[in-house]
Amino acid sequence: MEKEVKIEVKNLFKIFGPQPKKALALLEQGLGKEEIFEKTDTTVGVQRASFEIHTGEIFVIMGLSGSGKSTMVRMLNRLIEPTAGHVLIDGEDITTMSNEQLVKLRRKKLSMVFQSFALMPHMSVIQNAAFGLEMDGVDKETREKRAFQALEQVGLEAWAESMPDELSGGMQQRVGLARGLAVDPDILLMDEAFSALDPLIRTEMQDELLKLQAKAKRTIVFISHDLDEAMRIGDRIAIMEGGRVVQVGTPEEILQNPADDYVRAFFRGVDPTNILSAGDIATDTQVTIPITDGRNPRAGLQRLIKNDRDYAYVLDSDHIFKGIVSTDSLREMLDDERVPSLIPNAYLGDVVAAHKDDSLQDILPKVANQPWPLPILDDDGRYLGAVSKNLFLRTLHRNSAEDELESDPANSEKG
Amino acid sequence: MNFFNFEEQLIPLDEWIQAFVDWLVLNYRGFFQMLKSPIEFSLEWLEWFFTTLPPLVIILLFAVAAWRYAGKRVTLFTVLTFLLVGALGLWDETMTTLAMVVSSVFFCALAGIPLGIMAGRSDRFEMYLRPCLDAMQTTPAFVYLVPVVMLFSIGTVSGILATIVFSLPPIIRLTSLGIRQVHPELIEASLAFGATSWQVLRRVQFPLALPSIMAGLNQTLMMALSMVVIAALIGAGGLGNPVVQGLNTLEIGLATVGGLAIVLLAMVLDRITQGFGR
Ligand SMILES: Nc1ncnc2c1ncn2[C@@H]1O[C@H](COP(=O)(O)OP(=O)(O)OP(=O)(O)O)[C@@H](O)[C@H]1O
Ligand SMILES: [Mg+2]
Repeated sequence: MEKEVKIEVKNLFKIFGPQPKKALALLEQGLGKEEIFEKTDTTVGVQRASFEIHTGEIFVIMGLSGSGKSTMVRMLNRLIEPTAGHVLIDGEDITTMSNEQLVKLRRKKLSMVFQSFALMPHMSVIQNAAFGLEMDGVDKETREKRAFQALEQVGLEAWAESMPDELSGGMQQRVGLARGLAVDPDILLMDEAFSALDPLIRTEMQDELLKLQAKAKRTIVFISHDLDEAMRIGDRIAIMEGGRVVQVGTPEEILQNPADDYVRAFFRGVDPTNILSAGDIATDTQVTIPITDGRNPRAGLQRLIKNDRDYAYVLDSDHIFKGIVSTDSLREMLDDERVPSLIPNAYLGDVVAAHKDDSLQDILPKVANQPWPLPILDDDGRYLGAVSKNLFLRTLHRNSAEDELESDPANSEKG
Repeated sequence: MNFFNFEEQLIPLDEWIQAFVDWLVLNYRGFFQMLKSPIEFSLEWLEWFFTTLPPLVIILLFAVAAWRYAGKRVTLFTVLTFLLVGALGLWDETMTTLAMVVSSVFFCALAGIPLGIMAGRSDRFEMYLRPCLDAMQTTPAFVYLVPVVMLFSIGTVSGILATIVFSLPPIIRLTSLGIRQVHPELIEASLAFGATSWQVLRRVQFPLALPSIMAGLNQTLMMALSMVVIAALIGAGGLGNPVVQGLNTLEIGLATVGGLAIVLLAMVLDRITQGFGR
């Protein structure tokens, strides 16, 4: 499915300081951020960034402090003027826009939520929520009505007449969010919008955002330095380091194939059992036996022996999972004169399967309690692959949270 | 080589300035006299206001203002001050001084707030403005009294002009400071929502700078009051008169009474205007 592109960032650079042109030339020559700073006293904020943001997705930009996230997001509405490169919104290049066009764009299409809330201390909650509309010249009655609706969306209608400093941090950021929503923007830019909130409130706000997003699909560019947050809300994630975008992809893609050590380091300490699903790690390396061969269990046994495997997965012609047989169960059946030699008669008992969207945490006990790899099925019951204990452990291992996680499956196995 | 002995004057700056002022007076006195008219107008109007209203009404007006902005104790203090000043036989002088001070402050605000806003929004403008403000505050008033008199002749208007020169800087400085103190995040947020530069000023910077601007107004007012005696030297009336007269004739009592009235009036105005910012 082709995704519609909402924002396109092309070869974008931002260089702070007195000699941007020179720094740009040095960058071309392949010098690093530190060398350039020493030579020219200029700071490379963002370098050679190119990516696309799709309509209706939550696009998270993640990176350590100073990696250029805020600079990047501020170039999307030109609060920071790019040094070189282009930003296209709905195909229109905003880097060449006149001041009037820019003001119009900011009023109609974009709004922003800030880490420090940035509420106007001299305005009431409703006036704050109506701020964007006021700038747009919307009359008082209409804008207060729309601002009130926005406050309702974030559950703050009762506080409309309060002043911002009477509210808690979480509530203040709800006002910030309402201010962003009141103008009904296509694009919502959120610079570490929840970072200043304590963890409980933060999760609550993330849920709130996801709920709002489920109702009205906006394009959200969300800056975060918190991986859990990024994984939780991001449809796709871009990872920034030293002003560069080092990787863009879905959380699973990035987790499974970190582009470099920086990205990998970023993911150290993340519990992959939360993010990866069974379908993500299942491999199709096990022996499968089509049930059409069911009348010939010997052929199946041969296949197992040839592949040096103990268990085989029985599928019908539509690839629907039927059961598991083992070399032992097949032999037993063939040896027993009383049962007809049909594969279904060799099925092992107590076979359980897992759905591809189950999390690793969900499948952990199943993987641990069965001697054979756990079969993973799709919605229609089709066999996609299996997860062996070995594979499961390797997945955890690769993501480095070794100590605590390695012991987990072992414990479950005993229990 | 006796260049560095400095036995002779090498740069006759004093003569140049003398010549320049003479030239200004000769050619542009008419122009400067014209500049006087708005000040004259506002002063006359204010003087008429303060002197034709019966003292009781004036006292009542100030009492209400004190009550509204500064509370009970200041109200009591205000009423007592005006009663005392009246009883000391300085009522008319006090009213003249009030009219002078109020019109000085009015013109200071008129010029100072826009200049302060410009300085607050532009580093370059502030850079150029700063030495001018320093000069205005530190040049001894006696230095510019003579040219002011030569250009604007003797009288209350010249007194007000000298007062404006001296008391303008605080309102500019504090307005600029107030604008600069507005948190950059708020400016950024306004711009992100499509505010124009003018909207940022009107809806965000100015309202948030208002307490600081009010503090500047208060400082300007205090400075203006401190110029009352000097203004009296060039023929401005008011409470400076008894002080100057007392000095000239060595009447210590008269000078002290005039000084006392100035101090009390300053305290009253200070306390009331401090309440404006809140
Ligand atoms: N106005 C500026 N002038 C000079 N350098 C700047 C400016 N703004 C940012 N920088 C520099 O650009 C780089 C990127 O800064 P940026 O604020 O975008 O990082 P960030 O990823 O948002 O970090 P944080 O997580 O701390 O907010 C940093 O090295 C920073 O010092
Ligand atoms: Mg930042």
